[in-house]
Amino acid sequence: MEASAITRTVLPSAPARAWRWTREHGPNIFAALAIAYLLIPIVVIFAFSFNNPAGKYNYTWVGFTLSHWGNVFGISELNDALLTSLKLAVLATVISTALGTLIAIALVRHQFFGRRTANFLIVVPMATPEVVMGASLLSMFLIYGLALGFLTLLIAHVMFCISFVVVVVRSRLIGFDRSLEEAAQDLGANPLTTFMKVTLPLLLPGIAAAALLAFALSIDDFVVSNFNSGTTVTFPLFIFGAAQRGIPVEVNCVAIILFSVTLVAMGATVLQQRRAEALAATRPQEA
Amino acid sequence: MSNRRRRLVPYFLLGPGILWLILFFAVPMYFMGRLSLDTGTLETGFRFNWQWSNFHDALSLYQTPFLRSFYYAGAATVIALLIGYPLAYAIAFKGGRWKNAMLLAVVAPFFTTYLIRTIAWETILSDHGFVVSTLQSVGIVAAGGRILQTASAVIAGITYNFLPFMVLPVYASLERIDPSMIEAAKDLYASPRTAFWKVTLPLSLPGVVAGTLLTFIPAVGDYINAFFLGSNNNHMIGNVIQGLYLTQRDYPAAAALSFVLMAVIMLAVLGYIRFAGSEALMGEEAVAG
Repeated sequence: MEASAITRTVLPSAPARAWRWTREHGPNIFAALAIAYLLIPIVVIFAFSFNNPAGKYNYTWVGFTLSHWGNVFGISELNDALLTSLKLAVLATVISTALGTLIAIALVRHQFFGRRTANFLIVVPMATPEVVMGASLLSMFLIYGLALGFLTLLIAHVMFCISFVVVVVRSRLIGFDRSLEEAAQDLGANPLTTFMKVTLPLLLPGIAAAALLAFALSIDDFVVSNFNSGTTVTFPLFIFGAAQRGIPVEVNCVAIILFSVTLVAMGATVLQQRRAEALAATRPQEA
Repeated sequence: MSNRRRRLVPYFLLGPGILWLILFFAVPMYFMGRLSLDTGTLETGFRFNWQWSNFHDALSLYQTPFLRSFYYAGAATVIALLIGYPLAYAIAFKGGRWKNAMLLAVVAPFFTTYLIRTIAWETILSDHGFVVSTLQSVGIVAAGGRILQTASAVIAGITYNFLPFMVLPVYASLERIDPSMIEAAKDLYASPRTAFWKVTLPLSLPGVVAGTLLTFIPAVGDYINAFFLGSNNNHMIGNVIQGLYLTQRDYPAAAALSFVLMAVIMLAVLGYIRFAGSEALMGEEAVAG
């Protein structure tokens, strides 16, 4: 009896403790719920890749089957669309990464007339709704009578990827330690050798991250492609077309494969970046 | 290197990329503007005619979906801020060793195809699904009522799809706050709540503004969510533009609508650049995409 009286005076009241506990753990509980909300659709996509739908629509759970995973590449239209998307994404990534990296170098390393205009021209595409970009490109292609197809898709994809490449490479360049380049030049390397042997290798993780982003943007693009594809079918366009008549379950399998590959690629660039940072840090300390 | 050549270097570096953006971003905007002033139909052919009435006709005909787009995108942006700010706060200040894993979870949805993500919500919110039957038993949704094909479903879908664009910039600005600023406030006897309202929140405001823009802009032009999760009564301006361009082939009206949409958004962006500078919009904030 006495003991409990003492504890009651020492410990704060139950509501106060509950309040303190909420304040301490509340943000984390909220964060956990918000993250669950972000991940639920991915879980659903994964789960429904094992579904055995009764009709052509894969909306309600019927039963477990592995047959769709066994048949992932068994639908030829889906294969063709995937192949087109991959080709398109690789080409768009290579071109936009090269062009964007050069722009980023110019913006960070050089002072020049027209810089503000260049900055503006890079920001605006990121702030333009995709539907407007797709519509305006289509307007131009219509007026010139250019046939829509793989080429117009490539033009469009490079266009909307460039800005994002610039932003990623630029942020890497701003935090760049220039003393290594100065050391190379002190040791007699000309600007080109310095760039190829010092700057580019150190910049590579940033460029890889930018390329990954460009690839992800390209392979996932629906809206701009929908306007400028003509009869060419990419992976998202295939899904959209199939949506009316029932999307094959194999699409879920492909989505999960793409998800896993991106996850691994992203992990690899993060590791590479850490290694490059460690490499840049290992040099003789100044006395 | 001679001085003159050195001065030309940045233009050689910029040249190819900027040229691509001029030819395939800026010039098409001009052509879209021109097309919006054409007269004619697909059968008779289109002729440039300074037909300003196209704007008036298209806007009065499609006023409802136009306003609806701003309403849906606005609502989704507010909800994304209400979910995204506390989430970014928890990652920045309470994440500890889970920080990177939490950030990865925030961007993870981007690794699955946008269309499939949205279709997954169609599955989750379907009429006989778990969510609807639970909400029906609690009485939030009327018996026999549905979520799919309502404004709520479209707004929820938009919120979901653009939430990471809100979280990442807010996180970046919270992460940059010097903890000693918050400690100083507490040393000066500010309660945690006062310290938040007077120090943390104002310092994170650039991230909030960037996140709001990065969420609102793609949301207002979106038509995927309205297409999969809504009914004909939930069509947004993106659905109208897409239909006019690709199905009805009424190019002048479609171009006029796109042009107005672009103009409204440009005003918002220019206002923001005035407020924070174009470099700020391009900084860590924009890596989100």
